Amino acid sequence: MVANTMTTEAPQRIATAKPVVAERTEKTGTGRLALDAQDVHVYYDTFHAVKGISLPIHEKEITALIGPSGCGKSTLLRCFNRMNDVVSGVRIEGQILYKNQDIYAAGVDPVAVRRRIGMVFQKPNPFPKSIYNNVAWGAKINGYKGNMDELVEKSLRQAALWDEVKDKLQQSGLSLSGGQQQRLCIARTLAIQPDVILMDEPASALDPIASSKIEELMLELKKDYTIVVVTHNMQQAARVSDRTALLWLGELVEYDETQTIFTNPSQQKTEDYITGRHG
Amino acid sequence: MQLHRSILESNLQELQSKLQEMARLSLDGLEQAIESLKRGDTALAGRVIAGDDKINQLEVDIEQTVVVTIATQQPAAGDLRAIIAALQIATELERIGDHAASIAKVTIRIGGEKLMKPLIDIPRMATNGKDMLMKSLKAYEDQDSILAHEVAADDEDMDLLNNQIIRELLAYMVEDPAKITQGSNLLWVTHNLERIGDRATNIAERVLFMKTGETLDLNR
Repeated sequence: MVANTMTTEAPQRIATAKPVVAERTEKTGTGRLALDAQDVHVYYDTFHAVKGISLPIHEKEITALIGPSGCGKSTLLRCFNRMNDVVSGVRIEGQILYKNQDIYAAGVDPVAVRRRIGMVFQKPNPFPKSIYNNVAWGAKINGYKGNMDELVEKSLRQAALWDEVKDKLQQSGLSLSGGQQQRLCIARTLAIQPDVILMDEPASALDPIASSKIEELMLELKKDYTIVVVTHNMQQAARVSDRTALLWLGELVEYDETQTIFTNPSQQKTEDYITGRHG
Repeated sequence: MQLHRSILESNLQELQSKLQEMARLSLDGLEQAIESLKRGDTALAGRVIAGDDKINQLEVDIEQTVVVTIATQQPAAGDLRAIIAALQIATELERIGDHAASIAKVTIRIGGEKLMKPLIDIPRMATNGKDMLMKSLKAYEDQDSILAHEVAADDEDMDLLNNQIIRELLAYMVEDPAKITQGSNLLWVTHNLERIGDRATNIAERVLFMKTGETLDLNR
């Protein structure tokens, strides 16, 4: 029987101790690395949440982090712009290289890191300010000296929101729909002109149409930015990402081109997870 | 997605049992087509041709199950390969049914006329084709890549036998032009049998794809 034999065949593919990190290929992106996590450990007090993960993030590609709840994917994502620094009791070991510099090295300003590596959260969280000021705010406090109107328009255009809000820029950001609010948050991130955008479940609070707009936007944005996205929606990972990493109980199980992960993964655990056998 | 595993499993089972049904019907069709040819039994040949409809319908059913499964269950990895392989194998089996029907049509064209020679090698070829088909289906059911490779090796014998029969039939036709009509019909039979061997090999290729995700060309 097909279904039964599929579960028992290929004993050689049962997960090995070492995660499989596929060789780099240059089909997409620039062939350079935007970020490079090296043997990253994260502890929340005594809880070992991320256990020695090494993960190269390729420039101008979309990298998806998938895995069951509690596998460490959001924790790892937050390491990429030092968002875990603000969590009490957290301890981080290992290195995360950005332009060949460890962002955790002594003397590195986490605010400067977050200016280059922006973040979009699961729940849209616009400020209770006008649409215009939501976008302008970050740039303003970062001392942006250019033409603010132009920056706001450019950011809103890049976030595929401009046409919907250009006539009501002074209205509150909270007056927008959930999907529009999320794109506003993306525009706000873009206004700070980062290189990398981290997205933590950016579409999970949205309806399918708003969700697919975010996905289209991600594909558009990767021409100019590197995106790392955490998602529970495996079809979303399959649709938008270039590479996918599966995390499991704080460890990296497999990291490969998304196409390979979803058609022919090399680890049994990956096969089981993406085919819904456990997780 | 995790919750829907039971529907996916039952769809996979359904595909498997429909393929088995198709395989059984195609094998019966082939056996009866050759029997009708040997005996000049046009009534039996007619039944083979009529029976092909059922095989065609099963292919349509399998295609429908595959489309619904992909649309509603979002299969991935091994499941997805199994489903794609089932669709492709169904196509091969449907064509094998067509080949059997083509042979039955030759029986009807010959129309009970005495055969130019007793049929020995053509039934041998048919038996080889049946064996290859059964082997490839067993390889599919057991996910047996060794058996799948054996099918490819068997196909070489099939091609040799085919060439031998062609040479023999040509010799008969050169010797006696009155035999050209029947000889051409019999050539058409061997062509169909040779194609059945190729299609069994294609099924073996699909088994390897299903197992490894790689496509090998076994039909060289």
